[in-house]
Amino acid sequence: MTTKTEDPGNVDEMLEDMAAKLRGKMASRPDPIMIGIHTGGVVIASRLHDMLGIAEPLGSLDISFYRDDFSRIGMNPQVRPSQIPMSIDDRHIILVDDVLYTGRTIRAALNEIFDYGRPASVLLAVLVERSGRELPVAADVVGKQLVLKSKEHIKLTEADILSLSIMET
Amino acid sequence: MSTSQNPRQNQVDEQGALRHFLTIEGLKRELLLDILDTAESFAGVTAQTVKKVPLLRGKTIANLFFEVSTRTRTTFELAAKRLSADVLNINITSSSASKGESLLDTLRNLEAMYVDMFVVRHNDSGSAHFIAGHVAPHVSVINAGDGRHAHPTQAMLDMFTIRRHKPDFTALKVAIVGDIYHSRVARSQIHALNILGVPEIRVVAPRTLIPGGAENLGVHVCADLNECIEDVDVVITLRLQRERMQGAFLPSEHEYFHLYGLTEEKLECIKPDAIVMHPGPINRGVEMDSAVADGERSVILEQVTNGIAVRMAVMSMCMASRADGGGGGEG
Repeated sequence: MTTKTEDPGNVDEMLEDMAAKLRGKMASRPDPIMIGIHTGGVVIASRLHDMLGIAEPLGSLDISFYRDDFSRIGMNPQVRPSQIPMSIDDRHIILVDDVLYTGRTIRAALNEIFDYGRPASVLLAVLVERSGRELPVAADVVGKQLVLKSKEHIKLTEADILSLSIMET
Repeated sequence: MSTSQNPRQNQVDEQGALRHFLTIEGLKRELLLDILDTAESFAGVTAQTVKKVPLLRGKTIANLFFEVSTRTRTTFELAAKRLSADVLNINITSSSASKGESLLDTLRNLEAMYVDMFVVRHNDSGSAHFIAGHVAPHVSVINAGDGRHAHPTQAMLDMFTIRRHKPDFTALKVAIVGDIYHSRVARSQIHALNILGVPEIRVVAPRTLIPGGAENLGVHVCADLNECIEDVDVVITLRLQRERMQGAFLPSEHEYFHLYGLTEEKLECIKPDAIVMHPGPINRGVEMDSAVADGERSVILEQVTNGIAVRMAVMSMCMASRADGGGGGEG
């Protein structure tokens, strides 16, 4: 695996941009609940959660039990409990992930959310929307759009600062 | 009944993943911790309005019970249903003659119905291993108790319950009180406690109910109850298994309660924050009195609840090892 030199962009600037777009959407969807998808989505969600000053605690989803490839690749060895510490019935949800790729993770996340209750609405916010969708899933708020080949992968790294890099397999 | 293969070889695949779950003996610490961590995630499913995940949708699990059970069978059934599997409950009264043959016939018939997993309880030690040695390659077998040999999911739900109260296994003193001789639960617990690094495991029972060479299992055999439970973090009591006792194992239940039955008074010497466990069903007034069974230190009903999440973990991990490879997904 090699790291490409092309810089996908500055994550902090993308987050500012996403927060601004979400503020606009929240005008018609008051008191939302924000839920991040493990692992990268939780990192992005916790930043947006602070920036937007959302009152409800941040929720997290581990979609391992809802994946569509269990019988092909088996169990994720590092599955964590999902935590949605409030009722989501009739609430507006902001679902956050780091990268939207095939759309399969979002399909699984929506199924899991609906096992917790019936939300009033779900918005999808992603840091990176890349090419390669396999399901009819679209994001409402996007930090950055990238066109990548199928063997290119984008990775979020959390050191002192958040950064994105593109790897090739 | 003979076992055709070494269970320690056939319950784990080349990658170290669970294919069957037959005994705790010989399993690695990391695998036991993996089961506990996965169970912790499944315990979270009860927070959902729909207390179910779609993980084993389309799989069929047969509960094959040759020996009566309520709690174990029910929690296995609930665990399978919460994983969205289809469940068959089959109770078979074991006939004395040609057991091996009829057992294999039963298996072949169920395999012909596309069953993916057998959960087996049988009063013969080694029966789950025997079945695991004879099923089709895609089928997993989980031991739900075989004779006096092993009851690995019970031991894991006990470890799960202990860890929720006492997170560091390496700092624990654990007492096991009661019929060790007939207890598959005790054997599995002792293996699990040792593998997880519990430094001090003490046992006590009338001499007739302590198996010969008990010390070789990695336990300290105590002379009396007080010596066994003094200053411990966990007291595990075992059921007196009248149905397995042929001959004079005990003078009387009254005498047993007098010497080994737990009362609040006898428990004054354990740590103030210690927990009291029992795999059920309790014989009140024999293994413990009601004040203990229903008291603040009792975690007996938590054990029952935790059994569901632990069995979900074991079943899904066994099925996961049957995954046929292929590309992982992202996005």
